[in-house]
Amino acid sequence: MSFIKKRFSLIMIAMTLCLSACVSQPEQSVYQQLGGQEKVTEIVQNFIYEIEFNETIFDYFKETDIQRFHDKLIEHICVHTGGPCEYTGDTMEQVHTGMQITEADFNLTVDLLINAMTKANIPHRLQNRVLAIFAPMRKQMIYI
Amino acid sequence: MKIIRKAGLLAVSLLALCHPATAGDGKLLATAGLTQVEGSGGGGIVPWATINGYATKEQISVSAFNTHVAVDDYQLNALGMSLSLFNRVEFSLARQSFDLPSAVIELGLGDEINQTIYGVKARLYGDLVYSTWPQISFGIQHKKLADGAIAAAIGARESDRGTDYYLAASKVHLGAAGGYNLIWNLTARATQANQMGLLGFGSQTQESHQVMLEASVGVLLSRKLAVGFEYRQKPDNLAAFKEDDWADIFISYNPNKHFNITLAWANLGNIAVADEQQGIYLSTTGYLW
Ligand code: HEM
Repeated sequence: MSFIKKRFSLIMIAMTLCLSACVSQPEQSVYQQLGGQEKVTEIVQNFIYEIEFNETIFDYFKETDIQRFHDKLIEHICVHTGGPCEYTGDTMEQVHTGMQITEADFNLTVDLLINAMTKANIPHRLQNRVLAIFAPMRKQMIYI
Repeated sequence: MKIIRKAGLLAVSLLALCHPATAGDGKLLATAGLTQVEGSGGGGIVPWATINGYATKEQISVSAFNTHVAVDDYQLNALGMSLSLFNRVEFSLARQSFDLPSAVIELGLGDEINQTIYGVKARLYGDLVYSTWPQISFGIQHKKLADGAIAAAIGARESDRGTDYYLAASKVHLGAAGGYNLIWNLTARATQANQMGLLGFGSQTQESHQVMLEASVGVLLSRKLAVGFEYRQKPDNLAAFKEDDWADIFISYNPNKHFNITLAWANLGNIAVADEQQGIYLSTTGYLW
């Protein structure tokens, strides 16, 4: 048993080492890794397309000026992924106040964003880095 | 099981009538967790802070699970159901049947040990994916042996029932493992149970609960597939039967929000008279609502 326990501890250590090794900082910004303005635009266009075909989420956007949403969202993603842009839209609280977005609908929107990124051929691991940037913003926009 | 299922369905229909809750599908794929071998939302052998099923704040969910563990000299079957309300509380019911080897059957104490586990867990803080700090939950597993004869015969202090209390912390770190999503869980369990309770609770020399640490770590290789490792510290109360810590390595597949299947290689160490018990763990959870 102690031999087996040692073996499991070794695996544990190996996993930890691998994890810390893999977590080393990427040199490029996420924006650059995505492929810059062109790819961000492609993702946002795919995302809008996904929203239009999802009844639940489209409900939120019925009155929205889609051109403005398109432009501001590109700026927003660009800024937060480390790109050379300026965000000229409203704050997340201002924009989403009154919508009463639920946890479930937030996650559904995340699914749509994942679909949008997948269709733009963004690799899985890079998708997660994008999600990691935007996930902490959730508290500024649900149930308000 | 039929009665349990009916009771579960009834409870759900009643709830659905008096609360505008919808079916549990609001969590992100693969973040519902699995059902652990005692029926609580978790990993495979460790209860996690996760509330079983895909329900978020406005939703309820019901799931059913079945787990089969086949190690060198023993087999364990577990099946059960759980009801989760608003990603806040989880009620679970599980039945474990533990097949005894022929050497024990010859003693005339029966050919299997059956145990029912009533579980309840409440989420105290946080969100597995979104909060800065981990999701924290407190849970109870009340275990009742169908027949305490074996437990009594081998020297358990309490031969037919016992209760475990646990505090669990779980967290997903998006992209943290070289871009892959990482999940970890740490659980502290106060327990008296010998081999989860199948061999009774405590002993002549061990009369109180002891705190055991349990941990899991996993990496999501894709949106649907996770691999990981678990470790469960166990008490060693019975003088005659050594009890070892448990460990497993698992691979878990979540094709959609209705189903999960998990395969693991488990090392359960010494169980009763048999040493080095290793083998397969296979578990499925169906998310029914
Ligand atoms: C982290 C997640 C999110 C981010 C970063 C985000 C970002 C943005 C941005 C930058 C805008 C444009 C702001 C402007 O026009 O000044 C916007 C608008 C909007 N967002 Fe979000 N959003 C998120 C989640 C959601 C979710 C989950 C929903 C609904 C389910 C939603 C619904 C809307 C709607 C309806 C608008 C248009 C508002 C209008 O018509 O003026 N957003 N969002």
